[in-house]
Amino acid sequence: MGLLSFKGGIHPPHSKKLTEHLPIVDYLEPKIVEIPLRQHIGAPCEPVVEKGAQVKVGQLIGKAGSFVSANIHSSVSGTVLDVKKRFTAYGFDVCIIIENDMKNEYHESVKPKADYKTLSSKEIIDIIKDAGLVGMGGAGFPTHVKLSPPPEKTIDTVVLNGAECEPYLTCDHRLMLEEPKMIVLGLQILMKALNVSNGFIGIESNKPDAIESMTAAAQGTNVKVVGLKTKYPQGAEKQLIFACTGKEVPSGGLPMDAGVVVNNVATAATIANVFTTGMPLIERICTVTGGAIKTPKNIRFKMGTSLRELIQFCDGFNGTPEKILLGGPMMGVAQMSDDLPAMKNTSGILCFTPEEAKIPEPTACIKCGKCVSVCPAFLEPIQISAYALLHNYDKAASFKALDCIECGSCSFVCPSKRPLLASIRVAKREIIARKKK
Amino acid sequence: MEARLKVSSSPHIRSNDTTQKIMRDVAIALLPAAAYGVYNFGVNALIVLIVSVASAMLTEYAVQKIRKVPVTVTDFSAVVTGLLLGMNLPSTVPFWIPVVGSVFAIGIVKQAFGGLGHNWMNPALAARAMLVASWPVQMTTWAAVKADAVTTATPLGIIKEGLDVQLPSMTEALMGNIGGCIGETSALLLLLGGAYLVYRQVISIRIPLIYIGTVAVLTFLLGGFDLQYTLFSVLAGGLILGAVFMATDYASSPITAKGQVIYAVGCGLLTTIIRLYGGYPEGVSYSILLMNVAAPLIDKYTQPRVFGGAK
Repeated sequence: MGLLSFKGGIHPPHSKKLTEHLPIVDYLEPKIVEIPLRQHIGAPCEPVVEKGAQVKVGQLIGKAGSFVSANIHSSVSGTVLDVKKRFTAYGFDVCIIIENDMKNEYHESVKPKADYKTLSSKEIIDIIKDAGLVGMGGAGFPTHVKLSPPPEKTIDTVVLNGAECEPYLTCDHRLMLEEPKMIVLGLQILMKALNVSNGFIGIESNKPDAIESMTAAAQGTNVKVVGLKTKYPQGAEKQLIFACTGKEVPSGGLPMDAGVVVNNVATAATIANVFTTGMPLIERICTVTGGAIKTPKNIRFKMGTSLRELIQFCDGFNGTPEKILLGGPMMGVAQMSDDLPAMKNTSGILCFTPEEAKIPEPTACIKCGKCVSVCPAFLEPIQISAYALLHNYDKAASFKALDCIECGSCSFVCPSKRPLLASIRVAKREIIARKKK
Repeated sequence: MEARLKVSSSPHIRSNDTTQKIMRDVAIALLPAAAYGVYNFGVNALIVLIVSVASAMLTEYAVQKIRKVPVTVTDFSAVVTGLLLGMNLPSTVPFWIPVVGSVFAIGIVKQAFGGLGHNWMNPALAARAMLVASWPVQMTTWAAVKADAVTTATPLGIIKEGLDVQLPSMTEALMGNIGGCIGETSALLLLLGGAYLVYRQVISIRIPLIYIGTVAVLTFLLGGFDLQYTLFSVLAGGLILGAVFMATDYASSPITAKGQVIYAVGCGLLTTIIRLYGGYPEGVSYSILLMNVAAPLIDKYTQPRVFGGAK
């Protein structure tokens, strides 16, 4: 079968060798967890436990604040030391700080669910909603929202994202090797929830062992495993949909407008786990890597574990780190400190040495047009950026700045090292702010 | 952890490509044809090239000092402009000609409009056009190959003027044993340089291929189905040098793929029309310059369809 793909894109160095062959290791006994009440896109949760309360594993500690929000559960059993605001990767949020009693006692609500085949669409979505599922690829968008399209939208396809096109990250890759059956089960549950019969799992060709493992696990089901060209941003939602189904999500629209729902493979595996064990989303896998990490690893951790502890588990820093990213190097977010709790969308903790963190000084744009030819959204980054830098946001909008998916391919490829995406981001914020007026 | 962390907007990695590497590749790609020009036309050609490159670099340095902006002479862009200009001159020109040309190319066409990336015409070509208009005799006195002081005519000139001179063979035209500017004679070595640039992904094959293709097809159709003349117009003049190295200048050509197609067809159309119906045997320079000024307009009307937009 030929490899599927999209038009445009770049080929950054994979840098996955550090961890791609390392089995997932557990770090499941943190002494203290600091669980933020906002680990997703949307409204923060309301705390439902107080200082001094005893909590158990899987117990609800933060209730979704609105429809676009996701429940938070305790990842350990023990005592609530405090409920207070602190810095998180999302800003300054209320966190529930729990001292682990190391007994690992499960809350009574943690019970295997009924066979999904016997459940209705609504029952499945409610279970997913209660379990606090969010997109685990990095965006952290509440999963039940994706599964509840307005009635006028017809969904016919579910695509699982196993592309893992971000350099350095290997947690999805390892998951596809180690728990392929869970991923397939998760996809089947999603397909049942949406009443669709088309299910794809898209995987980049630089992970042939994952394609093989998933194909074997999908044998005898109606799930199709699709090999994708190794090209960034192959895992971008709209580009992935195009590669798998040939459909373009309309400009300004959502995947549901093309009749598709996309989820990450890790989200699917977690959904399967919710149904088989009843345990909500309280742990996940992340890749701790980069030149500034002594022993890079793929780690399964409890939500709320400090980044610092996870880094220590990897034998600490190799020299002095210059940059710490949550996520991959293309779309990851640079952090001010390693004193932050890891959470539901922490797919990678990437620590760069000063050498790796170096961004060359920008020079004059030579109009080579490389940004135009690589843009997977078919934009002209050169134009949007030039107008953004002149504060001419109306003109930037006329070049469809809002269609930018912020993949960063333009900035990556630019020989003059221009801050293309950075300036386009500014334009987007400005255009959206003006629209709201 | 005591150390301060760097925080910046994503992406956090960059390709190894730099402006300097790109410009250096262009210079490398030009070298075989330039060297062959020196071999053909002797030491005069070498001096013209050196004077041209040196004055381009000096002008860039001087203007940037005056403008109090960072000096970027080391980015090879002035070297490329100087080299291109030199290659577009006959070897017989007095040595002040490349000096005037380079000062005009860098000082007026490039720096006066904002420097690298802001030139609205190809600087080397604009300088050549200025020189041809100002000193037509010096600019069209061609040295015969490997025989100093004997002047000759270019193959296209011979055909255009109906001169009673033996035309070179097609092999000679391909190899470059013909009259012409220093760097334009060897079609083979210029194509080799072009292949290198395509391989290095400095240029796409789109503009050169369509430009040369348009000239070939139109010359054949409009020139009375004369295969020999068609082949000469592709191989013998400045077409390949222009199509591969000048029309592909980033700053003065359209950015969009569709725009580049229109631009290249336009270049080919104008070149053929000037050659067949104009009073001038060449026409590559003026065609490219005319399309250069049309490039922003072409870009304006060829905005790509955005992903998910109406087809």
